[in-house]
Amino acid sequence: MNPGYRKERIDRGIKVRSDDVFVLASMRDLLYVVLPRALVIILLLIFPAFQDILGSYWQNVMLSTMVIALLALSWDLLAGIGLVSLGQSLFFGMGGYLAGYLSFTFGWGPLYTLPVATVGGALLSTLTLYPILRLRGIYFGMITFAVPLLLSRVIEVTKILGGTEGMSSLPSFPNTGFELYLVMAVLFVTVYAYRMLVGTDYGLVFNAIRDNDRAVVAAGYDIQWYKAQGVFIAALPACFAGAFMTHHFQFVGMPAFALDYSILPLTSVVIGGVGTFFGAVLGSFVLVPLSELLREFGSLRVVVYSLMLLVFTIGLPEGIFRFVLRKYHQFERLVPMEEASNE
Amino acid sequence: MNNKTILQLVDLSKSFGAVKAVNGVSFELKRGEALGVIGPNGSGKSTLINLITGFVRPTSGKVIFKGRDITGIPPHKAVNLGIARSFQLARPFYNIPVYKNVVIPVYSPRARKHLGAKYGDRDEVAIHLLEDVGFERDSQVPYKNAGELPHGYLKRLELARCLALDPDLIILDELFSGMSMSEIASILPLLERIREEGKTLIMVEHRLSELFRVVDKTVVLNFGKKIAEGTPRQVMAVEEVTSAYLGSEVISNA
Ligand SMILES: Nc1ncnc2c1ncn2[C@@H]1O[C@H](COP(=O)(O)OP(=O)(O)O)[C@@H](O)[C@H]1O
Ligand SMILES: [Mg+2]
Repeated sequence: MNPGYRKERIDRGIKVRSDDVFVLASMRDLLYVVLPRALVIILLLIFPAFQDILGSYWQNVMLSTMVIALLALSWDLLAGIGLVSLGQSLFFGMGGYLAGYLSFTFGWGPLYTLPVATVGGALLSTLTLYPILRLRGIYFGMITFAVPLLLSRVIEVTKILGGTEGMSSLPSFPNTGFELYLVMAVLFVTVYAYRMLVGTDYGLVFNAIRDNDRAVVAAGYDIQWYKAQGVFIAALPACFAGAFMTHHFQFVGMPAFALDYSILPLTSVVIGGVGTFFGAVLGSFVLVPLSELLREFGSLRVVVYSLMLLVFTIGLPEGIFRFVLRKYHQFERLVPMEEASNE
Repeated sequence: MNNKTILQLVDLSKSFGAVKAVNGVSFELKRGEALGVIGPNGSGKSTLINLITGFVRPTSGKVIFKGRDITGIPPHKAVNLGIARSFQLARPFYNIPVYKNVVIPVYSPRARKHLGAKYGDRDEVAIHLLEDVGFERDSQVPYKNAGELPHGYLKRLELARCLALDPDLIILDELFSGMSMSEIASILPLLERIREEGKTLIMVEHRLSELFRVVDKTVVLNFGKKIAEGTPRQVMAVEEVTSAYLGSEVISNA
């Protein structure tokens, strides 16, 4: 046997002492816990200040990244209830069209359309999905996949809501900096609210439905009603995203129901990791800029999405976020083989 | 039917295709009584529970609970009227800590309405209930994910989740199967106590000698039909009962 070294992984002290509540013993511990959070927040906050350096192209990439992140958060919440959505564009389109319609018909500005389209769009989406909430697994997924495609065909054929032309010349936001900060604020609020929600007993019921819906029924819950509430809560940020983009483009049309708004959020969560919400955001920040870099490959980008889906579901099913978190809480050292075998 | 009757089944039937899983079963149960339901595998015991609790809609017949026709009501409504059930195959929330498994029923509409302020801190109430069914508070067990529990613990978790609902009628589907002798022995006094609180109990069991220590009345099913009803001693004297069991089950001496 050749005497060698092997890698040993050790959890950092404060991680060992407690899993959720950090026990802080020193300034170093404090930095260790606070630094990664602070860094992310600071980076995001100062980003718009670099507008001139970055140019409008990367500002727009940043905007679409955060919009996809909102859709990904929405997807992650639904998955937490056991509802796998293949049609996030339903929410995006509902919010987008409602904002567009209100703006086009009544001349409302974003100040009014955004809140109304967020809540109203979420209500409409929930009503649309209500009949299929009974379905589980792939059946729910398939219908959510079909509904946005169906809606855009209906709009095309009946020529309602502007038909194939859509509705244009809608009021816009003051400037790009404002847009960036607005979406960022909504992103922060959504992550925070969702993390809070899953920590409550109310949020626990959602998780329990995913685990074993009949046992939740046996505890006296009307799970149909709970799922409807979950869909509504999940639809809120996604409908906001749609409404926001309507005013950003000053236009809404059939592309609001496009497949991209369903595939990108799903892929983002797979990349970042399911069930943490941070993973959903992280995944979007990896996937969307990457797909921008690959823009010249045109429709070949779908191949990239598929490959990433494949690589991550097989190679790193926990997602980037959990992986990085685990590594951050551990350090490695080399120990001689003999010492190791003595343990 | 008098006012002491809590549950009445009238000619209850359920067919799955050609299989008559439950075939014209009728019986009455008084408040505070404990009923044992026995029969060979596939004789329709679990289906009968599903019919009473609304998980399966009967093909024909009636379920009357507290004088009210509840035939075919949605299962969550049956719970809110005071019927709690456990599952033959334990249905824990595998990815959720054990005590949070119990928080689900503690937080349920029935528990909140029925017990209200009596239920203080829900985590604390859940741990109490787990202690009642024999989980040690100071061990790590209540804080583990339910997926890590051995089978006997899962069955006791099922019981704790029923009790959290403060039901009037408790229906337990093969609670003892998967439990060790000592686990069963530790549960028996709890079942006694539940009865003393005036709760009505229905137990489906294969462990007859243990069952007969709890129940005062037994219904025997075979091929979906009720073939006998009476005290344990009475039903075990019926020849059809013993022959139904022959070959499929070994009758423990009651
Ligand atoms: N959901 C179902 N679909 C089809 N057949 C069923 C279903 N549930 C039960 N059965 C059939 O009904 C009969 C009674 O089953 P069950 O009530 O589980 O019996 P027991 O609990 O007494 O073992 C069996 O023949 C079983 O195969
Ligand atoms: Mg059974």
